[in-house]
Amino acid sequence: MSARTLPLLFLNLGGEMLYILDQRLRAQSIPGEKARKDEWTDVDRKRVMNDIISTMFNRKFMEELFKPQELYSKKALRTVYDRLAHASIMRLNQASMDKLYDLMTMAFKYQVLLCPRPRDILLVTFNHLDAIKDFIYESPGILNQVDETFRQLIETYNCLSDGEFQLIRQTLLIFFQDMHIRVSIFLKDKVQNSNGRFALPISGPVPWGTEVPGLIRIFNHKGVEVKRTEFTTAGNYVAPQREGSFELYGDRVLKLGTNMYSVSRPVETHVAGSAKNLASRAKENTVPNPLAKEELNFLARLLGGLDIQKPAAGETGFRLNLFTTDEEEEHAAQTRPEDLSYKVINIEATQEPGQRAELSRILGELEVAEPRPGSVEKGEDLLALMDGL
Amino acid sequence: PPRYRRERALALRSSSSALYNNLTVLCPPARPARAFGAVHGTTLSLLGPEGPPRQLPARGGSALSTPLLTQAAWCELPARVLLVLTSQRGVQMYEADGSTLVFWHALDVPEHPAAHSVFARGISAAGERFICVGTSSGAVLVFDIPPKGTNVTLSEVLEQHRDPITDIAAEQGQAPEGAGDLVTADDSGTLCLWSTGEEFTLLGKIPGSGCTCSSVTLWNGIVAAGYGNGQIRLWEAGTGQLRAQVSAHARWIYALDLAPLTGKLLSGAEDSFVHVWRLSRDPDTDDVEIQHCHAECVTDTQVCGARFCDPSGDTFAVTGYDLSEILCYGPA
Repeated sequence: MSARTLPLLFLNLGGEMLYILDQRLRAQSIPGEKARKDEWTDVDRKRVMNDIISTMFNRKFMEELFKPQELYSKKALRTVYDRLAHASIMRLNQASMDKLYDLMTMAFKYQVLLCPRPRDILLVTFNHLDAIKDFIYESPGILNQVDETFRQLIETYNCLSDGEFQLIRQTLLIFFQDMHIRVSIFLKDKVQNSNGRFALPISGPVPWGTEVPGLIRIFNHKGVEVKRTEFTTAGNYVAPQREGSFELYGDRVLKLGTNMYSVSRPVETHVAGSAKNLASRAKENTVPNPLAKEELNFLARLLGGLDIQKPAAGETGFRLNLFTTDEEEEHAAQTRPEDLSYKVINIEATQEPGQRAELSRILGELEVAEPRPGSVEKGEDLLALMDGL
Repeated sequence: PPRYRRERALALRSSSSALYNNLTVLCPPARPARAFGAVHGTTLSLLGPEGPPRQLPARGGSALSTPLLTQAAWCELPARVLLVLTSQRGVQMYEADGSTLVFWHALDVPEHPAAHSVFARGISAAGERFICVGTSSGAVLVFDIPPKGTNVTLSEVLEQHRDPITDIAAEQGQAPEGAGDLVTADDSGTLCLWSTGEEFTLLGKIPGSGCTCSSVTLWNGIVAAGYGNGQIRLWEAGTGQLRAQVSAHARWIYALDLAPLTGKLLSGAEDSFVHVWRLSRDPDTDDVEIQHCHAECVTDTQVCGARFCDPSGDTFAVTGYDLSEILCYGPA
């Protein structure tokens, strides 16, 4: 509904994606001196992060993103992240990509739901950007790109009213409606219930600008306060300490949108949909869906702006696994419920030949050369590594 | 002692969206037994006593892209009851059971999306023969409804608000002299008081302070307004004077409803709470009174709709974001 939702959706999902990739890369990396030719090193990790971040914050891409437009389907958006995740030497199988997207979306859904004020979604976005700047602080060129986007966010959003932010929030909540994928890190922290719904606390600080519930004030016809009474409820609220900063630099105060992953907390998702979800989702997926013309236009514009780096001649792509073993990844791919599959877009199903050709060309340019035959993918020895732990 | 307890949950085909005032109820005698409606994205889920639940889609989109609904409400006029849906494209009016489309009004939607979204939102019956619908530009459309048939006409466009309309409410009791019988509210918290008729007259304007008024009711000349900062404020409709201020909720209020026989007020918010209050007026001082009667916590749910199911306020129903049920409460 709000035509200003996409930049916030994209940047926050992108931020979560980077947190997860960073954590998995660290978990699977080997110290530089010990690494064999086919193993992940810290240098590889930084390179992947740099490549993806610089692609994400590409100026032309950002220009397209910030144009007023409606939100597109989860499918269309997923395609953009697929390309983004492959903007470097890293490769992800379908199952790992699915898991990555599940984690990204559930994390941001949680953040949107729990934002004290709709305006705080901007603080969540700033938290993600602050962390992204930390990932690439050694690269001034990319840092500049991120700061540019930061400034554009401030310019576009700082002046919006609370009502407009609530409309953005409502638009995001419609996008995330009915998603109840269980994430183990959320379940452990009791932030999510076993039925996949998020726990909403009824205690803690109230949003900035809201009073702690309980007071009733009565005024007479002259506007003079004549009575005060109080009421109590089960809630246990306190006044907030201070407001977060909406400037380029500052203490955001809000913790939502900061990195909750660390190497010692591997992240798993459970993708069993409940019976209720099955009903509504099955309906969505049975209609064969040639992409809407508008969605194709959107993709062509966005992906056209993506400047994907191709690995230099002689380099191979390295596979990242979002699961702990290759077998787990394989199993996840085979058992993913039909209703939860993010059907990757079928370009051939489109009706517009001209459109199809253009998009195919763009996607073709983004194809990266497959690893040379004979070279060993880093991922294959992961199993051996895990056995050794 | 608790005044209400949870009775039952009615299953919806799909979950409710996070939209203001996202529950509409049609009570007897307008209908043999209660009917409910809640919006989910592009469709309205209808639950009635007879027949399977039905869904009404939003109109006005292309084959592959359906517009989002913003609200739905039954409007009870003396001659007939219409079911009104508002969306990003326009206003749809149906016979009360949702079976027949009576009228469609398309909004002026620009070719390419502009920074300011376009949508209709805010629905109320008014003045015995009108239905008023708000828009994102701040304009309020006044439709003249014939007692039968489809000859609905746009009678007037009221242009006093500069921000998107959130809610509209008609006087449910007896308006005191000069108090007006309709109130319109917007995103900036501005409230306008009107007297309805062949031509609507603006009687007064209560300026907002930047805090959205998402829901509003009007009863015996008292405006009850729910705000984004969790406050409920009671205003004197005739003078625009603030008569009460309640720190009612810890989050954005999404719904208010009033039971005209008793003056009970229902409020629902993102903080998971539903409160029942009682409004009254001191006959000697003419001061407005508001007392807290009951609190209900809908665990882990952001409430988006709340309505009394009878004119005395002995029963009420609640919807929540992502909840595929309507929760019903009755006397304890």
